[in-house]
Amino acid sequence: MTTGTETAVTTQVYRVYIKATPEAIWDAITKPEWSERYGYGGRVEYDLRPGGAYRVFASDDMKRARAEMGGAPTPDVIVDGEVVESDPPRRLVQTWRMLMDPQTEAEGFTRLTYEIVETGPGVSKLTVTHDLEGAPRLALFVGGGMESDGAGGGWSEVFSDLKTLLETGRGMRE
Amino acid sequence: MTDDDRVFKALADPTRRFLLDRLFERDGRTLSELESELDMTRFGVMKHLRVLEDAGLVVTRRSGREKLHFLNPVPIRLIHDRWIDKYRERQVSALADLKTELEEEMA
Repeated sequence: MTTGTETAVTTQVYRVYIKATPEAIWDAITKPEWSERYGYGGRVEYDLRPGGAYRVFASDDMKRARAEMGGAPTPDVIVDGEVVESDPPRRLVQTWRMLMDPQTEAEGFTRLTYEIVETGPGVSKLTVTHDLEGAPRLALFVGGGMESDGAGGGWSEVFSDLKTLLETGRGMRE
Repeated sequence: MTDDDRVFKALADPTRRFLLDRLFERDGRTLSELESELDMTRFGVMKHLRVLEDAGLVVTRRSGREKLHFLNPVPIRLIHDRWIDKYRERQVSALADLKTELEEEMA
């Protein structure tokens, strides 16, 4: 069916309730000492101003795992982008491009929005909207559609792990 | 009810699983689109979508005048991590133990 909703197909929405303050969730997303402890374990670097740079560096574990699988060497910077809007600890809008794969690199920048709302004392709702227009390969990857190829579970896995880490003090791999 | 209870309850109904499958196929659908695939009143479909939303399995977003429904896979992932991985691990380790035992017997 061709309707006005057609563009929505390329959007992915993730939501998770976490027993944590918005500040704790904000830090876990934007600070390297947290980002290394969950999900793919890359080290993030954020310049939290409009136009500021965003980069994710590959962890040693990731490089090792990829080498063992016989894949192409892992680049140092695996994701890059730019901060569009930063309103700590509530809203972060940024562009996002995956550099681990020539195809996703060619698909270019996508748009990622984090929204954090406190829903009760010490409980927050994190909603992540990834606008993946023109990036079908990346959509498959972040949607977890390549998990059986060793590409991990995408955002679902990342945000489940984030919840586990913030609620128990230990990520799934720790 | 815990979060897990809500998810299991939501998944326990065939119409709701059907709706999730439709959204898995193509995400971001309107109520009218979802309704057109079911032999059910609009109100009935809305009620099912409400249960899915309460369980966090469906998230709605406004796009202009339309309300779009998105499948949120995170609760299913959490159940997978909590329930499925655990039992799979035990199965794997049971197999590993069996292998060790058999090899020891042969030695």
